[in-house]
Amino acid sequence: MLSLLWLIPTLPMLSSLLLMLGAGRFTRHTSALLGVGSVGLSALIAFAIALSFDTTTVYQHTLWQWFSVGALTPNIAFYLDGLSLVMMLVVTGVGFLIHLYASGYMYNDPDYSRFFASMNLFLAAMLILVLADNLVLLYLGWEGVGLCSYLLIGFWYKDPANGQAARKAFVMTRVGDTAMAIGLFLLFRELGTLNIAELMTAASTRWPEGSPTATLAALLLLGGAVGKSAQLPLQSWLPDAMAGPTPVSALIHAATMVTAGVYLIARHHALFLLSPLAMDSVALVGLITLLIAGFSALVQTDIKRILAYSTMSQIGYMFLALGVGAWSAAIFHLVIHALFKALLFLSAGSIILALQHKQEISEMGGLSRHMPFIFGCFLIGSACLAALPFTSGYFSKEPILIQAWLQSPMLWFGGLLGALITALYSFRLIFVVFFGPLHTEPSGLKLPAVVALRMPLALSILALLSLLGGFLDLPLATVLPTTSGHPPLLIEAINTLVPLFGVLACYSLYHRNPALRQRLIQLPGSQALRRFWLNGWGADHLYDLLFRRPFLWMARINQADIADSLSRGITQLSRYSHLLLVEVQSGQIRWYASIMAIGVAFFIGLGVLT
Amino acid sequence: MLTLLLIVLFTGAALAWCAQYWRPHDGPRAVALMTLITALLLMLPLAANTANGAFIAALDETWLVLEQTPWIPRFGIQWLVAIDGMSLLLILLTLVLGLIAVAASWREIEQRQGFFYFNLLGCLAGVVGVFSALDLFLFFFFWEVMLIPVYFLIAIWGHEARHYAALKFFIFTQASSLLMLISILGLAYLHQQENGFYSFSYFELLGSGSRSPHHFWLMLGFFIAFMVKLPAFPFHTWLPDAHTQAPTAGSIILAGVLLKTGAYGLIRFLIPLFPDSQVSFAPWGMAIGVAGILYGAILAFAQYDLKRLIAYTSISHMGFILLGVYAWNALALQGAVMQMLTHGFSAAALFMIAGAIQHRIHTRDMRAMGGLWPQVPRMAAISLFFVMASLGIPGLGNFIAEFLVLTGSFQVSRTATVLAAGGLVGAAIYSLIMIQKVFHGQASTSHTLADFDRRELSSMTVMMLALLALGLYPQPVINLLQPVLDELLLLNTPLPMRIVGVTP
Amino acid sequence: MNSMIMEHALILSGMLFCIGLIGVLVRRNLLFLLLSLEIMLNAAALAFIVAGSAWQQADGQIMFILILSLAGAELALGLALVIQMQRRCKTLDLDQLNQLRG
Repeated sequence: MLSLLWLIPTLPMLSSLLLMLGAGRFTRHTSALLGVGSVGLSALIAFAIALSFDTTTVYQHTLWQWFSVGALTPNIAFYLDGLSLVMMLVVTGVGFLIHLYASGYMYNDPDYSRFFASMNLFLAAMLILVLADNLVLLYLGWEGVGLCSYLLIGFWYKDPANGQAARKAFVMTRVGDTAMAIGLFLLFRELGTLNIAELMTAASTRWPEGSPTATLAALLLLGGAVGKSAQLPLQSWLPDAMAGPTPVSALIHAATMVTAGVYLIARHHALFLLSPLAMDSVALVGLITLLIAGFSALVQTDIKRILAYSTMSQIGYMFLALGVGAWSAAIFHLVIHALFKALLFLSAGSIILALQHKQEISEMGGLSRHMPFIFGCFLIGSACLAALPFTSGYFSKEPILIQAWLQSPMLWFGGLLGALITALYSFRLIFVVFFGPLHTEPSGLKLPAVVALRMPLALSILALLSLLGGFLDLPLATVLPTTSGHPPLLIEAINTLVPLFGVLACYSLYHRNPALRQRLIQLPGSQALRRFWLNGWGADHLYDLLFRRPFLWMARINQADIADSLSRGITQLSRYSHLLLVEVQSGQIRWYASIMAIGVAFFIGLGVLT
Repeated sequence: MLTLLLIVLFTGAALAWCAQYWRPHDGPRAVALMTLITALLLMLPLAANTANGAFIAALDETWLVLEQTPWIPRFGIQWLVAIDGMSLLLILLTLVLGLIAVAASWREIEQRQGFFYFNLLGCLAGVVGVFSALDLFLFFFFWEVMLIPVYFLIAIWGHEARHYAALKFFIFTQASSLLMLISILGLAYLHQQENGFYSFSYFELLGSGSRSPHHFWLMLGFFIAFMVKLPAFPFHTWLPDAHTQAPTAGSIILAGVLLKTGAYGLIRFLIPLFPDSQVSFAPWGMAIGVAGILYGAILAFAQYDLKRLIAYTSISHMGFILLGVYAWNALALQGAVMQMLTHGFSAAALFMIAGAIQHRIHTRDMRAMGGLWPQVPRMAAISLFFVMASLGIPGLGNFIAEFLVLTGSFQVSRTATVLAAGGLVGAAIYSLIMIQKVFHGQASTSHTLADFDRRELSSMTVMMLALLALGLYPQPVINLLQPVLDELLLLNTPLPMRIVGVTP
Repeated sequence: MNSMIMEHALILSGMLFCIGLIGVLVRRNLLFLLLSLEIMLNAAALAFIVAGSAWQQADGQIMFILILSLAGAELALGLALVIQMQRRCKTLDLDQLNQLRG
């Protein structure tokens, strides 16, 4: 069974190639069959492998030697252990459900096959990323997912705003990727290999704890991770990335790609453990991002942007977990988050579809009666997101907070504040969208019955998984260091109660007592704060001022290429001297003759006088 | 055999001109096509043998073919042509891109077809000569032979400002190649001083440059000639004009192979002839390379003219070659040569696409484009492929090249590498803005455009497959280059460089 | 005495030369230009004669013959050109015949 591992990324890759070469000649049915079927097959193989794989071992499969120059010998090779197994299952499993959903959601789009070609290519790249056995191959997957993210954010390319969002996402993540590439150069220079397993052994044997090189390498990798995972300071692309179709947001910008940074750090935990500074930076990045994204989510008005900020904030939790050394908890939260965030996004997609592509929550409301199934799904998702007791989100967030407490009460307090905010914004969404007066009448979908059924099917499976996900037992013990220690019972109780308090507060603010909300809104400065949060803490403006404008300015002033002025100067010089000398050539014989006479006279005079 | 190849190309050029009087409409292009196919067939057994590892040992195992006869014995000038793995790859690149250039001009060139193909083939013959000549005088001869046809290509079949561009190109390259001639003569004179007779042979002059009292100035003569050709900042300014004004085939040849002669000269002649300069001049070389990478990237972003944009991206990519050459270790050199090959394909393809767009909508101004995707989906998807190649998406050849260059140069200079890596971000910015302006957005033209036809598609497919092969399985190319580069690295006093993988 | 004659003759030759030069510089007609040139040539020839007789050398007279034949040839050529010029440009005005202007 294990020998089929290489098929898992290859199947979506092949299907993507076929769809591209088909260039829109396939029928919708064939496209969907290829697109969804290939992923489904991959998922099946992945599950079969999961059943037969002994997670205390490691499986390596080399397809071919990629290139070999000196000591740099990366292979096209896959590496399966507990961690990559979990990631592979999430990517193929959630990926399949989202593809299934998308085959209904995108049914009326004219570029159906282009959509599936890009989605399949994405999955292939993502699988290569999580299965890569060396950093160069991982980088291939890493850039590949970035490329597909670009293609899919800008999927509806006719609107320049979408193209802008896609470019922003690509360029900002490329900044992180470049940092990561430099990290790769550094690791290769110092350790002489880029095979991940060898690197980690070499790093822990050669570098003492706190070695500056290890810190530098870890920070450079962190640079890559924050870019991909939309963490501070490269976070501002994610909300704009919502310009893509909703299944894309669910797959790429919630469930899989944006969590690649978490995977990267977890995969290189041995390196990060060598550097307390890097660990602290990871925790701090996570904490700050989870708070600022949470506050921004509180005031957003676009349903997808709320979810985008919430994704950012939840990945912040994962980074916090990584930073405090709760490795397994981070991956566990990653898995659970993938499930419930996919559920939330896809439910939001159903709402958006029913409301003729309206995304403003002010135009929604009272949908609980009209769309009870979606309401149920959304409720489950939000409960998990808010980490209400006994939902899967509770089981995944609890260990993070506990470990944060053990590490530093300050981190714990920040995380707790984040949990409160999470409960607030997720239930604000519920109350505004599903309760209150109806603003827009939902319309039925014009889809064939078989196609239309796929969406609720995907949603129900995801809802079930989100509910039960808390009981999963991930086989990470052999890969990632385990944590131990128990906080006081009081802390656990506070952790449990804070989200409940948040839900209650939301209930009173948005449902029971709107007057209180009005009073809050009228507090001095609240509007300014709202605008500040709405724009994501001004990050876009700041980057605009710091990077975009200077770059545009540099490009504009030098459009004609200043280096050309040398050659242009020589041309000008010869032209002017020509104009000067041309006067001598008057064409008048007497002018020539007199000059000649004067010249002769001059020289004769010279001869006579000396 | 090499001589035969050159004869075939030159004869083909002359025949193509004559064919004008025999069948003015399709004679010359058919002759050109046949000539290039014949040339490729000639090279094929050699390439196949090499791939099998059966080296035709002429001198030692790095030289695959070596042909030598006296030419002007009084001055020690010989007809000395030879190829090793690097030259073989570059000659194959030249011939394949030559075929693509013929395909690109199949319908574009209507006037004076015979003279056009005469120039095209003449230039290709010159380039092949440059890649194979090992006598410095012969090298200079071919260096000049390849220039003049390009001047005519631009000046006769170019676009609106063709005369300016052609003259600029000619003056830049001619002035710089005269400096090289002085340096070549200086080396020959030095040889006469030392040994009593003149020689222009590569083998006899190897390493001699550093013994000259004026070695810095002699080196500079070569350096400037190659810098102008590469082109490197700040000698690059002829390139945007020449590329923009040249006909499609001219741009393909310019970007695809002509620029590579500069890089080839650096690796083959400059550093082997002046080994010391590698150490003393390396910081400058790397700085110029990095400056070119960043400068080209920023200027590419600023352009409105599609071909000008692509021209500036070439400058940016050539910076990587310079960086790699002056890093001078196995990784960086492999990367530099790989970059020559991959940039040859990706830039040629982009220029062909730009030419195809210009042929269809009669403008190169990107402000007048937009929304072409639904009309020409195949062209758009293929453009996306090559744009992604040029911005270095892994899996395509350009990534391997840039990754190797940067990994290699990081061993030598961290600062230069980190700055050069900034070019990766710049590449993302200018490439994506190009896709956005040309293919995305609302449709700007209402009339329907023709998508790629079979001729264009097959050219594109060749280049796409080449980039994919170089990106996913570059090992054969690397193996072919290995002995050559090892030999070159041995010529040099090695840098006081840390051996990779052994840290004290 | 001898030197006295020579001095006078040389002054005469110099004056002739200046007259010719002034003629070249101020006349606008091509024909007069040629005439003035002739005067200048003759002035030079006169100087040769004088010098030859002063030094009792035959060279001066040889030079005179050379100059004379040269002047004849020049005149023949010049007149032919003048005729051509008159035919083509319909004028012999030097101020208008400035096509060599840079």
